[in-house]
Amino acid sequence: MSTYITKRILYMIVILFAASFLIFCLYALTPGDFITGNIKLTPERKAELREIYGLNKPVIERYAIWMKNAFHGDFGYSLSQQKPVLSLFNQYIWNSFLLAVVSTFLTWLIAVVVGVVAAYKQYSWFDTIVMVALFAAMSIPSFFIGLFLIKMLAVDWKWLPPGGMLTTGSNSTGLAYVREVIHHMMLPVMVMTLLGVGSLTRYFRSNMIDVIKQDYIRTARAKGLKERKVLFTHALRNALLPAITLVGFELPALFGGSLIIEKIFNWPGIGQLYMQSFSLRDYPLLMGFTLFIAILTVIGTLVSDILYHVADPRVRL
Amino acid sequence: MNMDNVLDIEHLSTHFKTEDGIVRAVDDVSLQVRQGEIVCIVGESGSGKSITAMSVMGLIEAPAGQVVGGSIGFQGEDLLQLSRNELRTIRGNEIAMIFQEPMTSLNPVLRIGEQLMEPLMEHLKMSKKAARKRAIELIGEVGISRAEQIADSYPHELSGGMLQRIMIAIAISCGPKLLIADEPTTALDVTIQAQILDMLRRFKEESGMSILLITHDLGVVAEMADYVVVMYAGKVVEEGEVVALFENPQHPYTQGLLRSKPIINQRQEELYSIPGQVPNPLELVPSCYFHDRCAHCMDICRTTEPALKETGSQQKVACWLYEEAIAHV
Amino acid sequence: MSTIHGETTAALSSPTPQPVKPVYTSLWRQSLRRLLKNKLAVFGFVVVAFMFAACFLGPLFSPYTDNKINMAFMNKAPGLKHWLGTDALGRDVLTRVLQAGRISLTVGLASMVLSVFVGSLLGVIAGYYRGIVDQVIMRLADLLLTIPSLPLLFILGALLSEWKVPTDYRMYIVMLMLSIVGWPGLARMVRGQMLSLREREYMQATVVLGLRDRRKLFNHLLPNLVPLLIVIATLNIGGAILYESVLSYFGLGVMAPTPTWGNMIDAANNMIDFQDHPWLWIPPGFSIFATVIAINIFGDGLRDVLDPKQKR
Repeated sequence: MSTYITKRILYMIVILFAASFLIFCLYALTPGDFITGNIKLTPERKAELREIYGLNKPVIERYAIWMKNAFHGDFGYSLSQQKPVLSLFNQYIWNSFLLAVVSTFLTWLIAVVVGVVAAYKQYSWFDTIVMVALFAAMSIPSFFIGLFLIKMLAVDWKWLPPGGMLTTGSNSTGLAYVREVIHHMMLPVMVMTLLGVGSLTRYFRSNMIDVIKQDYIRTARAKGLKERKVLFTHALRNALLPAITLVGFELPALFGGSLIIEKIFNWPGIGQLYMQSFSLRDYPLLMGFTLFIAILTVIGTLVSDILYHVADPRVRL
Repeated sequence: MNMDNVLDIEHLSTHFKTEDGIVRAVDDVSLQVRQGEIVCIVGESGSGKSITAMSVMGLIEAPAGQVVGGSIGFQGEDLLQLSRNELRTIRGNEIAMIFQEPMTSLNPVLRIGEQLMEPLMEHLKMSKKAARKRAIELIGEVGISRAEQIADSYPHELSGGMLQRIMIAIAISCGPKLLIADEPTTALDVTIQAQILDMLRRFKEESGMSILLITHDLGVVAEMADYVVVMYAGKVVEEGEVVALFENPQHPYTQGLLRSKPIINQRQEELYSIPGQVPNPLELVPSCYFHDRCAHCMDICRTTEPALKETGSQQKVACWLYEEAIAHV
Repeated sequence: MSTIHGETTAALSSPTPQPVKPVYTSLWRQSLRRLLKNKLAVFGFVVVAFMFAACFLGPLFSPYTDNKINMAFMNKAPGLKHWLGTDALGRDVLTRVLQAGRISLTVGLASMVLSVFVGSLLGVIAGYYRGIVDQVIMRLADLLLTIPSLPLLFILGALLSEWKVPTDYRMYIVMLMLSIVGWPGLARMVRGQMLSLREREYMQATVVLGLRDRRKLFNHLLPNLVPLLIVIATLNIGGAILYESVLSYFGLGVMAPTPTWGNMIDAANNMIDFQDHPWLWIPPGFSIFATVIAINIFGDGLRDVLDPKQKR
């Protein structure tokens, strides 16, 4: 087990290096940057700034500097916000995390319950309706459903605020603050849950259908156990087991924010920060963000792998 | 219904709906199991022998499969008339079942002990503590040492033979009147097979339960059975006392089965096998379903179904060769 | 198989394979027959076919295809004359939606073909030859899968803008971009399938028979991959259409004046259009939704028929 994990971690590091280089090149090769795009600056001032930020050095050297700093926990300095990238992340990431945690929890809850019931009643009308609804959820363009719900629920009917995390100019504190945030969270959480619930429910449903057909379920019934016990003790445990690998894959989504949803709902999260910086071509921040997600992805994959081996008593390393 | 019979199946029919039509997997089958008796159902795969057993247990998967007719008498009650919940209290309690594949019949994520305790707590209302104590005793009774340790292990840590013993322990845990064993030894090694069969017989003798043993293996039949029921394409074609049936098989299918069984110390050039294949269950028309594989096939065999008739004192056969009526047709 | 007595029971022990139904029709015919029984899948197919027909043929019957700016008919709400209303330049929205559909569907279809081609080719090569080739291809796929796809697409889209790619060509480059993001996952899936096929008994049989490499690959392995590929390809179109719409909505994909469903929704970025002229951006959104859900339902039906073991 430990040699396997060591191997995996080594491979992970190699992949991350390659990824960081690719990410750097992509952004470095993109013509135009924050300084060139700023019309307020004189050519002399621009040259001066390029010198200061090391933008006139060769790409390889710039990469080396970037990586060296990254190892020291310095992901660069945001040009547009004039703050270190990491402290910006720290400022925005928890807002993203809040959205992600709530919607992930709701997604899993709905997916498990609906998936189990649909599998148990496979081919019933309930199952058919659920299946069509899941397809619908998987087929909605995320930005469009966001806009559509804002138009319906916020603009036309005025049930919910259209965006942001707090009402503009609000300085509520304590419980009122919490209430206001929850109120603002409703729409984005609704959309994120909707977008995630489709594939996960289908996953649980098909896992459950497979499990229900197994010999040991027949044994459990032959023992005269109550159907509820057969389903929730014998079947669900087996159906949940492979899902544990998904926990790792949720990692980038939990901390990486959602570019589209945060942008549409004007949620002050890390995804929105990325989108803002993107139009300003604030490369240190963009590179830092992309690398950050890449790291989360790689770690998530590793975690999934380990969880899978830990969870299933049959798998031995 | 005869009260001597623990199990009294009358005219049972179980059908399956498939994309291509209805399969009559069990078609008008009657059979009885008396107290303390071992009855074997013999037949090829697809003959309906397992479906008969599953029908008794009420484990036919709806909506595709359905028991469409007949009755299953058990201790004077018709199991088919019971509610799902009433049937459930009999299952695993008074009628228990073991299956062909011990490796897949136990839940891989639950410990052996838990799986053994479940029926004890469900049917005998034992406390968790008492159930665990009894479970460990049961593991010992099926001849496994280090019972405590086994109770805490997972199925994948045990061998197939051990798992089948565990399955037997689960089956006998509530002292059933009837044990249904569906090919209990098919998946096991030869030496283990004998141990498992011996164990079944021993438990039968100790507790006086009856066993309905389903097998395709005539060796197992000869070893175990008091009474034999031969099934073919969902029908009973012949039944009788084991000795009578082995000495004087009457249905051409039974004769074929016995001929295809090699005899020790007697090398043959080629093993006999019954020509042809089991008929497609979807394309059955009224006839003797064995007719196109039968060496004695007559005109009537292709058009009319023979009824099961008593021929000897302990034997019944469904074959036109033994019908007196045939002479008059 | 032996019994307790060490005897064998020949006739019974080898259960003869039961002929389920005499195979008069080919496997494909059978699959088609089963597909037609799945009403939901048939419905999905009908909707997809309708969308294609409407987008590619519909504008031919529209009297408003000239894109002429008509100030008299600015921002008209849906009515008898203009079923889905008109935009700020007096253009018929329905006609624009259909014209946009041509681009969106073409981009979806073409990038699917590209990524399925590249992905399955590399997957087959990796899974078949293994060794160093496999290593190189799969490590490249791992690398691309590590980089989050949305930022990757955004950078590529930004590159397009910076390099001043003419708008007419942008749709082709968008196809390329989408297949860059699409192929690694596909290659991984195909490779996995190849590996498991290699291990199957009938492949072992071809080894025993001493068949040559190419014959093994073309006659025995590839035909078994085709059902999986058809299913993946179908579902992939839906994904590509969604990605294209996101890119175009954010102005990084296909750009005006070439209309696509995605960039038409861009109208929602204008506060007035968003609130008061919803007919400008809701119809393209629903077009994306209807097309993608129909493709997904149809693809799932195909999966049931062609590749029952594969699941999501």
